[in-house]
Amino acid sequence: MAAPPHTFDRKARFRRAQGVVFYFLFLGAVLVGIVGLVTLLVQILLQGVPWLSWHLLTDYPSRHPEQAGLRAAIFGTVWIMGLTAVLAVPIGVGAAVYLEEYAPRNWFTRILEINISNLAGVPSIVYGLLGLGLFVQIMSLGKTVLAGAMTLTLLVLPIVILASREAVRAVPSTYREAAYALGADQWQVVKGVVLPASAPGILTGTILAMSRAIGEAAPIVVISGLVYLTFVPASPLDRFTALPLQIFNWAARPQEGFRDLAAAGIIVLLVVLLSMNAVSILLRNRYQTKSEE
Amino acid sequence: MGFEIRRPQLLAARPSPASAAGEAPLFKRSSSREWEGRAARYFFFLCAALSIFTTVGIVVSLFSQALAFFGEVSVWEFLTGTRWSPILKPNSYGVLPLVGGTLLVSALAALVALPLGLGTAIFLAEYAPDRLRRVIKPVLEILAGIPTVVYGYFALTFVTPLLQIVFPDMIVFNALSAGLVMGIMIIPMVSSLSEDAMMAVPRSLRQAAYALGATRMEVSLRVVVPAALSGIVASFILAISRAIGETMLVTIAAGATPNLTWNPLDSIQAMTAYIVQVSLGEAAHGSLEYNTIFAVGLLLFMMTLLMSLLGQWVVHRWREEY
Amino acid sequence: MDRREVVLKADRLRVWYGSFLAIKDVDFQAKVGMVTALIGPSGCGKSTLLRSFNRMNDLIPSVKIGGSVEFRGRNIYDSSVDPTELRSRIGMVFQKPNPFPKSIFDNVAFGLRVNGYTGDIYEAVERSLRQAALWEEVKDRLNKSAFALSGGQQQRLCIARALAVEPEVVLMDEPASALDPIATLAIEQLIRELSRVYTIVIVTHNMQQAARVSDETAFLMVDDDRAGYLVEHGDTQQIFTNPKDERTEAYITGRFS
Repeated sequence: MAAPPHTFDRKARFRRAQGVVFYFLFLGAVLVGIVGLVTLLVQILLQGVPWLSWHLLTDYPSRHPEQAGLRAAIFGTVWIMGLTAVLAVPIGVGAAVYLEEYAPRNWFTRILEINISNLAGVPSIVYGLLGLGLFVQIMSLGKTVLAGAMTLTLLVLPIVILASREAVRAVPSTYREAAYALGADQWQVVKGVVLPASAPGILTGTILAMSRAIGEAAPIVVISGLVYLTFVPASPLDRFTALPLQIFNWAARPQEGFRDLAAAGIIVLLVVLLSMNAVSILLRNRYQTKSEE
Repeated sequence: MGFEIRRPQLLAARPSPASAAGEAPLFKRSSSREWEGRAARYFFFLCAALSIFTTVGIVVSLFSQALAFFGEVSVWEFLTGTRWSPILKPNSYGVLPLVGGTLLVSALAALVALPLGLGTAIFLAEYAPDRLRRVIKPVLEILAGIPTVVYGYFALTFVTPLLQIVFPDMIVFNALSAGLVMGIMIIPMVSSLSEDAMMAVPRSLRQAAYALGATRMEVSLRVVVPAALSGIVASFILAISRAIGETMLVTIAAGATPNLTWNPLDSIQAMTAYIVQVSLGEAAHGSLEYNTIFAVGLLLFMMTLLMSLLGQWVVHRWREEY
Repeated sequence: MDRREVVLKADRLRVWYGSFLAIKDVDFQAKVGMVTALIGPSGCGKSTLLRSFNRMNDLIPSVKIGGSVEFRGRNIYDSSVDPTELRSRIGMVFQKPNPFPKSIFDNVAFGLRVNGYTGDIYEAVERSLRQAALWEEVKDRLNKSAFALSGGQQQRLCIARALAVEPEVVLMDEPASALDPIATLAIEQLIRELSRVYTIVIVTHNMQQAARVSDETAFLMVDDDRAGYLVEHGDTQQIFTNPKDERTEAYITGRFS
């Protein structure tokens, strides 16, 4: 067994250069996304900031860009998001608890899981069509806040379920065992141990899901149509508009004034969104440092 | 999903030996407590089962009104016709121009997002030191969290004027601008899922490759990427599926001209944009025009469902066991 | 001690992980065509020492090196040395078998391709598999996944993969610790066989194994400061029958773990 002669052409210098080139390619890929984001934010700030004013928040829409405001849209969004949260959180958490704590390992559970992950991939506008067909027409709810909120509930459920499942799964099994060892039954374990321990994670995930829903325009367009409202909804059975819908409305108009106004509306929407994200990140950090103690 | 600890089922249901012997049990479980537990169990089950109801609801509401449409227009004409003119006479209901518009924009988006998203994932998983990762990842999360109506606005009022410097003849509403911006928009989808897949590749494989004299780039592209391929391909499929279903961006920036073309400088109309257009209009409930959106929506749903299933199949079929 | 040429030489080598000193002032030599075993209690820095010979420690960002390691008279931590080229001259076999999720053939061919092998790749793969005593078992299924092999076979595949790039030195980090006794025996025989051609440095926690396979043995220790250091280095026979240092004797005879 003699060592064969060395017959390698290692091209060390070429490969080093190749490595450098690829490093910059990969870095460049990252930068495209970051530069894109920064450009978008800067452009919207430049266009929109001059139009930011108090009356933008308090006035109803108008044919004159100088007088138009977001009042109806803001109230509509608050209504929709509030109702959606009320509906989606208990259902989503309930489904997550079922799948993590109760579900037997059988074909039906498997179908449930596949179904939920498929629903996460359904385009939001298809949910709009579902809401239009089912809630607006068959259930005769009309183009109301309730129909919109129910539609958005179905849209965000897969996200809420996913986030809640992760939170529930993260509860150490020793907690459960300790409770069972004290004679608790399954519901007592869930109520007394699992839900309290996973609450921060559920909350974080829910806020993220809501921040996704708040920017959704497509299902709202289908449910509500393009409306010009000079009142704010007083009950779930009133008609409504929403922030992203109003922004879309303004952006789609040819006049310069409305386009800039759309940018101002986007700033309002993004501020709401970013503060929701910030809250969830704060919660996450606090929760993480706590659980590591 | 690895192993899982099975919880014992309903301890209370087991008869205790003490009560069987006729003695008073030491601890008595109240019947209201049992009732509460059972109610909770049913509630949780119903919550989970609602997802089935949602799917059935989607299928039923799309099918029932699409059927009304297909009562007047044959499926064949719908699927193979090359002219879409549901409002202007002479009416024609060939959906291919809408499908073509959707695919054109999605292809442009994929052209941008797949390489850039994969490059980003490789940088994050293989190159970036921890501190840099902790800066880049939240930025990408923000990119993913921006509402699509904002991207539409950005495409229309910034990217399109910019592109018109390069292509002076290009019209305001065009597939190119929408496609490019959508590409940026779905980079985070590709990168985060691909990165997850690459991070799941064990360190020992990287070490083996380094120990053979491979460079970092060779380790990344010849060991890690092939080992994570199923996850990467799944991320591609999901991102493209997302692009197909994307609505506001194409509605705002890509136009409302059903147009069977491969020229990205043209104005087109995507399937989703058509649904929005009709929703904004005055089409009466039950009219043929109104029913078209359910037919188009059904087709859209089937396309994205197919991609979803394909993605799951890829992950399961090609999953690497390390 | 044998007076053969020294291939690998560490001089006052220190390795830090961040501010933690993992090994301090280790002097070490590995001679051509010999098997040198590194033994010592767990946490004494055997693996860290081994990984500083092919600069695998570079992959951990916080690692700092002091002193020097010379390979054929050249300091491998010199800025002019390309660690990737170094690693193709000093191969490594790991604790757990770590084949790539590729075919048996592609596993062995990986290093050949990366290093631009100019000869016949098929021939080189066969030669390496024969050297690793695996050829007869796999020759009919070269295109099958490497994961289909048993643990012992996978480890021999990893050895074949390391040999394919024709290294001068092969570093082995407890190569049999994840294997059953029969597979371990096969690996040990293989190491004896390979020592005719290659210089081998092997980390092992198993003293019998060190006694069976090695020509020289280095004994490392660790004190309360958790920094490993070299106690004694000599002919394996001498270390195991007549250690000079009483700490070596205590360890060999099992008086502390």
